[in-house]
Amino acid sequence: MMYQVKDLRLSFPDMVHKRLFGAAPRIEVLKGIGFDLPKGAVLGIVGGSGSGKSTLGRAMLRLLEPDSGQILFDGHDITHRSEDDLRGMRRRFQMIFQDPMSSLNPRRRVGGIIAGPLRLHGFDDTAAKAAEALDMVGLPRRFAERFPHELSGGQRQRVGIARAIALRPDFILADEIVSGLDVSSQAQVLNLLEDLVKELGLTLGFISHDLSVIRRLCDRILVLHHGEIVEDSQTAALFDAPKADYTRELLDAIPLPDPHQPWF
Amino acid sequence: MRDARGDIKRPIGLRLWLSGGWLTLLALAAIFAPLIAPQDPLAQDLFTSRLPPFWDAKAEAGYLLGSDSLGRDVLSRIVYGARLALIVALVAGTLTCLVGGTLGLIAGYYRGWPDRIISRFVDIWMAFPPVLFAILLIAVLGPGLISIIIAIVVIDWTRFARVIRAEAMSQGVMDYVASAQVAGRGRFGTMITEILPNVLPTMVALLTLEMGIAVIVEAILSFVNLSISTDSPTWGGMISEGRTSVHQAWWVLVFPLITLFLTVLSFSQLGEGLKDRFDPVLR
Amino acid sequence: MKPYLSIRNLCVTLKHGAPILRSVSLDVSAGQVHGLVGESGAGKSMIGKAVLGTLPRALHIRSGEIWLDGVDLLTLPLQERRKRIGATAALIPQDPLTALNPSRRIGPQITKRLVDILGWHKNAAEDRALDLLAEVHIPDPARVMRSYPHELSGGMRQRILIASAFAAEPKLIIADEPTTALDVTVQKQILRLIADMQARHGTALLFVTHDLGVVSKVCDTLSVLYAGKVVEDARMQRFFMRPVHPYSAALLAATPTYTNPTGSLKPVPATVIEDVETEVQQHDMRAGL
Ligand SMILES: Nc1ncnc2c1ncn2[C@@H]1O[C@H](COP(=O)(O)OP(=O)(O)OP(=O)(O)O)[C@@H](O)[C@H]1O
Ligand SMILES: Nc1ncnc2c1ncn2[C@@H]1O[C@H](COP(=O)(O)OP(=O)(O)OP(=O)(O)O)[C@@H](O)[C@H]1O
Ligand SMILES: [Mg+2]
Ligand SMILES: [Mg+2]
Repeated sequence: MMYQVKDLRLSFPDMVHKRLFGAAPRIEVLKGIGFDLPKGAVLGIVGGSGSGKSTLGRAMLRLLEPDSGQILFDGHDITHRSEDDLRGMRRRFQMIFQDPMSSLNPRRRVGGIIAGPLRLHGFDDTAAKAAEALDMVGLPRRFAERFPHELSGGQRQRVGIARAIALRPDFILADEIVSGLDVSSQAQVLNLLEDLVKELGLTLGFISHDLSVIRRLCDRILVLHHGEIVEDSQTAALFDAPKADYTRELLDAIPLPDPHQPWF
Repeated sequence: MRDARGDIKRPIGLRLWLSGGWLTLLALAAIFAPLIAPQDPLAQDLFTSRLPPFWDAKAEAGYLLGSDSLGRDVLSRIVYGARLALIVALVAGTLTCLVGGTLGLIAGYYRGWPDRIISRFVDIWMAFPPVLFAILLIAVLGPGLISIIIAIVVIDWTRFARVIRAEAMSQGVMDYVASAQVAGRGRFGTMITEILPNVLPTMVALLTLEMGIAVIVEAILSFVNLSISTDSPTWGGMISEGRTSVHQAWWVLVFPLITLFLTVLSFSQLGEGLKDRFDPVLR
Repeated sequence: MKPYLSIRNLCVTLKHGAPILRSVSLDVSAGQVHGLVGESGAGKSMIGKAVLGTLPRALHIRSGEIWLDGVDLLTLPLQERRKRIGATAALIPQDPLTALNPSRRIGPQITKRLVDILGWHKNAAEDRALDLLAEVHIPDPARVMRSYPHELSGGMRQRILIASAFAAEPKLIIADEPTTALDVTVQKQILRLIADMQARHGTALLFVTHDLGVVSKVCDTLSVLYAGKVVEDARMQRFFMRPVHPYSAALLAATPTYTNPTGSLKPVPATVIEDVETEVQQHDMRAGL
């Protein structure tokens, strides 16, 4: 098992309703999430805006510490591990962030952004590896000299993807990474991820609202709604016979590229 | 007017060139003062007292900007005064920036208890009226170069601390900081490699501003005679002396005043200019 | 009817001459939605920025005209241009998080334009902001108004920018991939809302997106962009039935649908890319670039 998540709960302090004295009340964002993710599997995570998908991702990467529950990564309990203890295994799980611009340091060049983590983990020949990573996501190598603000939105997103895959991690959490790409680049990125899964045994968590992409890529799908899992099905089963009402709502709202589809 | 099409170039360089040019000139003059200054800045000679500047018919060769009531050459005194002004600007500015910037960076990035301690300290510090503080300090330390520098640092580090803290805080919530954590970079490493480059432009802007302020503070303290002993020329001292004889010899007041003004202006423009030129995000 | 926004032969290049936009022409009429689709990096965002006068410094407009409400913006002095745009146009930017100031609460960031530029009273602006947040289906608007940007989800931030673009009821909205972070149900509500507001106020909307599904639901006309060149300009119905340009056809063929998981989502064929590239080169030769 790559990940075992058990009854995960996470809340944020509600600073807005904090009284002058005493602790702030808490907003529960994850309300008991549990699932297993076998090695080499591709897990789709869908759900409404604000339902806690990114928060779940951040908790799995231990950018956030859960209130309770348990997260096992490859058999190791990382739920409350300290940052110093985690550092040794950080290369093995990576995240591609939802907001590409803010996840790239505005004052570093693309080449440095990709090579930085490589250098940190003792890879040699980092510049060459960074260039290869750019190739893989379909960006020209000369982009290594550019600053993030000199790229288009989709190009930035692909820099984030390149940074994560360059490290050859065992697990990648991809948070909404293809919505800013045209279909052709989407296809390229998805093919790349598929290859990594098939050939290198990468395990993938794939947050997206694009159900057609999810259907194409994922083996299994979690549907999140208000911080709870409302459906956990194999891909085919979910599309053929959705169990939860919310899933059905989602399916109905997908706009097909066909002007005659009754939709509004 | 077709201003959006064709080759309009923003005069990006001008600000930097003018301010940088003036400050370089001043720095060179200060370093090579003994070679440049036409007269000994301290040599008094009652026969050459109150000579007007060069364009006046009564001017004398060797006293380009005239002389003061004790017969000392104004230009030479300005050139030597630049030494002190620039030393104070550089040393006080840099120290203030180091102290305040470091504390601000730590408070803003680490948050939690380091922030609580530093912020509380800044608040208490700022409760003292600054001028009183400075005068008190110099009264205790005695006048002199070192005391001026200490006084400036002691008063102004809080501005750095507060501004840099706010800046570091808003950078700290960006996802690129989380990315560094995902990549396995430690807290301190992240602060240095990710946050620092992004607060640097603000820091440089504050630093040049601070240098300008240091020049003014030094001038004020010399003006009220709290600065260096009277035998090294200072702009503030010259202004103070020139003020008493402004009706007989206006140049003794006006030239140091202009120099002071240009220098302070240049420092404040230098920050903006550097940012325009070197900040990749604005290029 | 005369289009509200009309871009004629707009050429934008990098300072050292490399072209970014190649003689782009497109029209957006009042009360209409004009879609803008195409490759990532084709220059869609730069079209919006050129109209709003916020092109990055490295880029400049070499030639062309941008007519807004019967005036060529590029002939106006900078100040006047800013004022005109500030009063009539709004942008929904592509990067929600960087468009918001990380150290200020959401509320003031929405009301700022209303108060500063349009001179609203602070309370009125706040009420309006609360209403708008509710209209874009943000739960607990009062809390969100007092939150910082990083405390919100990606989709919430995006909806906040949509709300603030609509706040001042502008005549022209440039929406740069406004629904990328929204799940399909919220996206549907938002698109319906946009259509509503548009019908009510007769707004002209330039809608940048990669999602042809969305295009087929909201757009009246659309342009397909490749490498800064408009390769097809079409009415929406016609585009989906008979795309004229091979690149458009390939784009349409490659678009995934959840009903057909295996058949689609492939890269645009190399032969098609070659053809468009030649076309682009021919244009550059003619334009002397
Ligand atoms: N740092 C924080 N402080 C307070 N609340 C937060 C914080 N981060 C997230 N939240 C809240 O947690 C909830 C879930 O956010 P999350 O980003 O996980 O949503 P999401 O499912 O990724 O949505 P989207 O699809 O819109 O990105 C939101 O209501 C958000 O306001
Ligand atoms: N400052 C700059 N310097 C050099 N090239 C730039 C700069 N800004 C943008 N570009 C280039 O201009 C092109 C157009 O960018 P633009 O942001 O308009 O693309 P886009 O069509 O919006 O793409 P996306 O769908 O990915 O957002 C890109 O190829 C980009 O690399
Ligand atoms: Mg999210
Ligand atoms: Mg764009």
